[in-house]
Amino acid sequence: MVHTLSLAQLSKGLRAREFSSVELVRALIDRMEAHQPVLNAMITITREQALVAAQAADKDLAAGRGGPLTGLPIVHKDLFCTEGVLTTCGSHMLDNFVSPYDATVVAKLKSAGAIMLGKSNMDEFAMGSSNETSYFGPVRNPWNTDLVPGGSSGGSAAAVAARLVPAATATDTGGSIRQPAALCGVTGVKPTYGRVSRYGMIAFASSLDQGGVICITAADAALILREMAGFDANDSTSVDLPVPDYPATLDAPLAGLKIGLLKEFFDKGLDPENEKCIRDALAVYERLGARLQEVSLPNLPLSVPAYYVVAPAECSSNLARFDGVRFGHRAKDPRDLMDLYKRSRGEGFGAEVKRRIMTGTYVLSAGYYDAYYLKAQKVRQLIAADFKRAFAQVDVLMGPTTPTPAFPIGAKTSDPITMYLNDIYTIGANLAGLPAVSIPCGFTSGLPVGLQIVGPHFSEGKLLNAAHLFQRETDWHARAPERFS
Amino acid sequence: MLLTREQIENIAHLARLALQPAELPVYQQSLSAIFDFVGELDRADTADVVPMAHPLPGLSQRLRSDVVTESDRHEINQRNAPQVAAGLYLVPKVIE
Repeated sequence: MVHTLSLAQLSKGLRAREFSSVELVRALIDRMEAHQPVLNAMITITREQALVAAQAADKDLAAGRGGPLTGLPIVHKDLFCTEGVLTTCGSHMLDNFVSPYDATVVAKLKSAGAIMLGKSNMDEFAMGSSNETSYFGPVRNPWNTDLVPGGSSGGSAAAVAARLVPAATATDTGGSIRQPAALCGVTGVKPTYGRVSRYGMIAFASSLDQGGVICITAADAALILREMAGFDANDSTSVDLPVPDYPATLDAPLAGLKIGLLKEFFDKGLDPENEKCIRDALAVYERLGARLQEVSLPNLPLSVPAYYVVAPAECSSNLARFDGVRFGHRAKDPRDLMDLYKRSRGEGFGAEVKRRIMTGTYVLSAGYYDAYYLKAQKVRQLIAADFKRAFAQVDVLMGPTTPTPAFPIGAKTSDPITMYLNDIYTIGANLAGLPAVSIPCGFTSGLPVGLQIVGPHFSEGKLLNAAHLFQRETDWHARAPERFS
Repeated sequence: MLLTREQIENIAHLARLALQPAELPVYQQSLSAIFDFVGELDRADTADVVPMAHPLPGLSQRLRSDVVTESDRHEINQRNAPQVAAGLYLVPKVIE
């Protein structure tokens, strides 16, 4: 039954010697392997390394040593570099890449005592909203395996939802933590831009990418975020601010909290059943003493088009490093260097990644830069200013994470624009660099619905506090799909 | 706006991507749709707006002092290379 426990509960159990870390890790990896053929949540399962690390953790625990996460299991999205372990980013391009170093996030969690059980499946280079662009095949939603888990951190969200692991790292460029967390009924936290080091995170769009975590509870997310956040000299955009003690502020009362309801989020695209769950959740906050008020961000409807200029532009630049020369896939028998570049990239990248590289190449090309890229960066400034005005009136913003619950595998793959619109409520936070969380707040036809909470820069503590108090009043987050409970 | 086949071929060349003939009409259609979609940005009045340079207001890229901080890891780093000889990456002959 250890698989149903949160990190906080597991930590107690380990310290009380109810079970050992080796027993825990073995139990979880057995489940992970057993469910892999159905869910495909993982790309690599690191059983041997995990058991060695668990033995060392048990010794530390017995000796009264160890860090805050000693002996506790975690999974890393396969976008974080892990030394000596395959790191594919969900791509054929990197399906032979064994990272020579650990990402800062990986190293920090390791030194806090966490044990990596493996690397989770994801959309290729994090470009997708359904986990269908992975070279390693789609991940399936544990609530209904005909449906997508969301993306791009679909493997991390599905693994936590199916109780294969209580915590998984994830990354969010346009919603890739919050959207799969919502569709899988788990808690997802996207921190402020610069809060968590991007060193060793394979880059997609560097002004938007941010690492975070997916857990069963907000309290667990607070525990993990405290360890993974912080300044890193290896990331030039890392922010040099002290990391607050997130777990210490989880229970702060919410009386007087001013919640802004984003008018633009309750639009005609929002599924009425989803909206009902969100309205019920807002009523819980009112009972907790919060006050609701409508706010408008008039430029927010332009966030998806702005994103689909900025993100592909940065992607086309970042992915230029994959040239078939130093690492990654290389085409056979190249005629010359140009042929080597073109065929290695043409073969190594999947259809969606190529689409975004070409979109970015076009918007940055001579004669189009002002019309697209510069325009989008100006619109981005307008959106950031909208948020700033809103946070002068309210403490946090709330609304849906997604317009609809999970959709069938294959339903949106033929039309990229329809797929892009899945992130309509999440992209704004990325464009403005804001922290945001998604927490389970109900079900529609047996599928989970996510409530999104967005705050000002560096307000992770307040967001986790608001999420935690909601989870003390409700049990949506504690529900697991029957087949996996 | 429908991009021409030649435009797609040119973008693919700039992006150093070899496309299969069957991929061309697919990208012709989807890229055209994407550029129509992002064309919505024209609706925004951005006359006096400074383009965003950093998501956190007031912050810019940090600089560090120009000193060597890394050790030589080329052997470890080259383990992922497709072809290496004497510490050098091998590619097809560039100069005849």
